[in-house]
Amino acid sequence: MTDTLTDLGSPPAAPVPEQVVRARRRAGSGRIRFASAVIGIYVLAAVFGPWLVGYDSVATSTGDRLLPPGSRTEDGSLAIFGTDQVGQDLFAQVLQGARISIAVGVATLLLAGVIGVAIGVVAGWYGRWLDGALMRLADVQLTFPSILLAIFIAALLGPSVVNVVIVLAISNWVTFARVARSQVLVTKNRDFVDATRTLGARSWHLVRRCVLPACAAPVLVVATVEIGHVILAEASLSFLGLGTPASSPSWGVTIANGRNYLGDAWWISTIPGICLALLVVSFGLLGDALRDRFDPKLKNL
Amino acid sequence: MTDTPLLSVRDLAVRFRTGAGQVRAVDGVSFDVRRGETLAVLGESGSGKSVTAQAIMGILPRPAGEVVAGSIVYDGRDLLAEDPNRVRKLRGDEIAMVFQDPLSSLNPVFRVGWQIGEMFRRHRGASRRDARAAAVELMERVGIPAARRRVDDFPHQFSGGMRQRIMIAMALALKPRLLIADEPTTALDVTVQAQIMRLLADLRREEGMALVLITHDLGVVADVADRALLMYAGRAVETGDIREVYDHAAHPYTRGLMASIPDLDAPRERLTPVRGAPPNLLDLPSGCSFHPRCPHATDRCSVDDPVLRPIDGRPEEHRSACHYAEEVLAGEREPV
Repeated sequence: MTDTLTDLGSPPAAPVPEQVVRARRRAGSGRIRFASAVIGIYVLAAVFGPWLVGYDSVATSTGDRLLPPGSRTEDGSLAIFGTDQVGQDLFAQVLQGARISIAVGVATLLLAGVIGVAIGVVAGWYGRWLDGALMRLADVQLTFPSILLAIFIAALLGPSVVNVVIVLAISNWVTFARVARSQVLVTKNRDFVDATRTLGARSWHLVRRCVLPACAAPVLVVATVEIGHVILAEASLSFLGLGTPASSPSWGVTIANGRNYLGDAWWISTIPGICLALLVVSFGLLGDALRDRFDPKLKNL
Repeated sequence: MTDTPLLSVRDLAVRFRTGAGQVRAVDGVSFDVRRGETLAVLGESGSGKSVTAQAIMGILPRPAGEVVAGSIVYDGRDLLAEDPNRVRKLRGDEIAMVFQDPLSSLNPVFRVGWQIGEMFRRHRGASRRDARAAAVELMERVGIPAARRRVDDFPHQFSGGMRQRIMIAMALALKPRLLIADEPTTALDVTVQAQIMRLLADLRREEGMALVLITHDLGVVADVADRALLMYAGRAVETGDIREVYDHAAHPYTRGLMASIPDLDAPRERLTPVRGAPPNLLDLPSGCSFHPRCPHATDRCSVDDPVLRPIDGRPEEHRSACHYAEEVLAGEREPV
């Protein structure tokens, strides 16, 4: 029907709607490209950086303390980002930090995503009291500021990379659960689910074949938006001394270390701060652009 | 072949809970489907046709809808009482269903060949290659051109009529003995409707399966069905051999529906619609629920609820739920 209509009515006006459609389909492609490029550089740096520029967390070199960016150290190598209060090369530290921050972010999202999607699908699929109970639990959790909750749990568990992942996953599963649940509610009443059921499919099969594929796109979009938050939260926890231990110098740890030297050595806190901000902003941009392109309905989430 | 019906529905009652109160969407409906026959279930929107099909297939929307009474016996087994796992196996294997809207009844994320093939892989344990070959064969069988090339297309790449053919292919994959088609042509273009109806009729004959054809379009089923069941407000109001019912309609509602079908051979005159609107199921009229719209209604009709009964002078099979069936049939009762 619509085909015939456009075929008959469109020849004179054809270019305009086509361009509009094309422009809409490409929504945010510039942002996507820019943000992906920045994130790509970070990922490369995180994967290969520490391997190229060795970092030893217990090494100290008192002669090289608090050198400004671009100085030569005693052994003649160039400290692009300067050195910190114990003479460690800041560039190596930032690279190591990138590895930790991104690893923690990805691991947290995987954990939170698996838990959240599982809870959301179960709640949406079975409904009734289970749905009520799980979603009220999510509501209760949302009423706590997530960083407060994270601090509380982190204080109980103690600082370690694994604990940071657990803590952040606990405070981030709710978003995934809500998105998955809403997607399940939309999908489970679609005809094709009933059609598959009449062909003799079990619940598990329906969830796997009909519901989970429908969840994939919005969950991925949400994950991209969330990863920025997670990396920032990890830095906050580490800054407060509740995140990664000093032996794993995530950006938050390095920023905290430089706090006492802000007057004489601004670069210790500032450079990892800029790295952090740039990465978080890039993830935010990418998430927004992906959402605009694939799932504009999620805008209010 | 025995004389026991393949499907026997007895006093089926389905209740829906809505925000405004409880609704009896189906209220004491009984009918049989014999092996290899085609039963047309006819009625307006909201008359309970689709809900009946959903109850048989076990896909009533939950938790709102619920079977509250009656039995659905398939080949000697009560689908409502038996172990859900065994019933689930029956569906797909022996009972299949075709839905109204082919645009939404295929899974949008899987290729059609994969979806059809899934029936063979999961129910028959076929290998991927065999399942794919079987899918191509089925697609050819339901009249999809260039099936070999199109087997790897996604549902959105097909037109509505083609998608309905794919749905039919999936339903027929395991050679069911009973196929329920819920308004299979309603969402399609008029030109495609006849093709799909002919396809269903041909496949039914070739497979020897029984077909329950749910529709609101009396014209569509006239040549295809063997028997008819007319529903109104969740009840059966008339049932019998389709020619008998069409030619000797003994319920004012059936008569009204007949009068609203355009007849190309008849002299041009205004079509007569059934006056009024379908009743609100939340607040059914007392007595015969059709009486406010019935041209023959008397005081008795607003008090006394008629039951389905044989009509004097007609075959035993032909039943009508009207106090004045004989008079309506004879055309003696003039509209009041």
